[in-house]
Amino acid sequence: MNRGRIWLRSASLANLLFLYLPIAVLILFSFNASRLSATWQGGTFRWYLVLVEDQALLAAVHNSLVVAAVSTFLATVLGVSAAVGLERLPAGRRWTVEGALLLPLVIPEVMLGVALLLFFVMIKVPLSLVTVTIGHTVWNVPIVAVIVQARLQKLDSRLVEAALDLGATPWQAFRRVTLPLLTPAIIGAVLMAFTLSLDDFIVTFFTAGPGSTTLPLKVYSMIKSGVSPEINALSAMLVLISMALIGLSLLVQRQRH
Amino acid sequence: MGIFFFIPLLIVLAVSFASRGTDGGVEWTFSLTNYAHLADPLYFRIYGRSIALALATTALCLLLGFPLAYSIARAPIRWQGIWLLLVMIPFWTNFLVRTYAWMFILRTEGLMNTLLINLGVMTQPIELLYSDWAILIGLVYGYLPFMVLPLYAATERLDLSVVEAAWDLYATGWSVFWRVILPLTKPGVIAGCILVFIPSLGAFITPDLLGGAKTMMVGNLIQHEYLVMRDWPLGSAISFSLMALVLLAVMAYFKTDGRLDRLERGV
Repeated sequence: MNRGRIWLRSASLANLLFLYLPIAVLILFSFNASRLSATWQGGTFRWYLVLVEDQALLAAVHNSLVVAAVSTFLATVLGVSAAVGLERLPAGRRWTVEGALLLPLVIPEVMLGVALLLFFVMIKVPLSLVTVTIGHTVWNVPIVAVIVQARLQKLDSRLVEAALDLGATPWQAFRRVTLPLLTPAIIGAVLMAFTLSLDDFIVTFFTAGPGSTTLPLKVYSMIKSGVSPEINALSAMLVLISMALIGLSLLVQRQRH
Repeated sequence: MGIFFFIPLLIVLAVSFASRGTDGGVEWTFSLTNYAHLADPLYFRIYGRSIALALATTALCLLLGFPLAYSIARAPIRWQGIWLLLVMIPFWTNFLVRTYAWMFILRTEGLMNTLLINLGVMTQPIELLYSDWAILIGLVYGYLPFMVLPLYAATERLDLSVVEAAWDLYATGWSVFWRVILPLTKPGVIAGCILVFIPSLGAFITPDLLGGAKTMMVGNLIQHEYLVMRDWPLGSAISFSLMALVLLAVMAYFKTDGRLDRLERGV
């Protein structure tokens, strides 16, 4: 038993090393003075300064933030309504609608990308930041719905019934009872949708037109033109941003308890 | 939502039965040639490679993820959250960044080669990047958290007294795992395998960046047909077959008494 436990412990540590070492190495070498070598040649912040002055990169960051903000807003409104609406359906039909709602999550992302591309071309909508935003919204609605629905199922339905008994209209009951109780889940979903939109590459890749470069598209084209310390520096910053967003969502969850 | 999801999918289905226009557009004449094209040995090799790589990824993730998930579930409660968070953080990190990390490590002038040469293990750098092996590493790295979470949920619910009973009855370590732990955590194992298999099968970024020009997977093939060859009908036929395959896998999961939302949340 004891030998088994030691073996388990070391296997887990090896797993964590496997997960973290590549990212750690990446960040470490973003401070490396040498442009070409993978050996340490002294520390520098030069690559970060290069990034801050890159106008195309800043424009891409701006695009990404706009797309993430708008698509998160839309996905949240649609996702929350979907989750609430779903809860009111009779069990038999609910299962079907639920399956349809969650389908985008289980098909390969490439498939959603090409489907949207074809769709926009067929209805003759030029590819732009608008089409990217629609793509991200479609991708994020089921995610918001799943998170909100999980919370909704744990809600005490008697609270809403009590509100209705006390003379509240259904809208008042939703607005003053259900919605406040759902807030932590909604905030969690917002942060998740925002992060996913900010990071999304595949759907963006297919739905973006000329001039609608987002941050991941820019990162991709940088990577495609070869390994460079600037990408390491950019990666380090992206890792930091992700961590900050998770930290934020954890704080929100913590307050719930 | 319906407009922007189901109508596009229906268009893909419709286009997959149409023919390619002269200028790369779509000509609306019904044909099955695109599906006949799928049997082309050239494409067949790509499906074969994709399925093999996705299966290998799933198996490796299971092999790596099981001990991790099991020891997280056995850790003291307050440590479990921290362990899970540690597993989740890489998952929240940009996928491009995580893939790039492996390019940085595996390329000819990369860290691995530099390290091995400096240690005197070898004298010449070897080509590690742009191979099926590099893709496999990238996929396992990318999707390991998808395996760990459902496995954790399953092992966490496992009744320890059953495992202890098996030990008391003089079962060997191997048979405790094989005859007690594994059957009891089967739903988690299946959920994890599906969650890893599906994105691995349709992977695009990993084979694109870590694989060479000759190591395409289905995801790249679809992108290639759409954006490079501009043969939309063929691209549609390929992506629809891919989706059919994926839905089959999901339905197999339903058959084993699973629920879709549980699969998605991993718990």
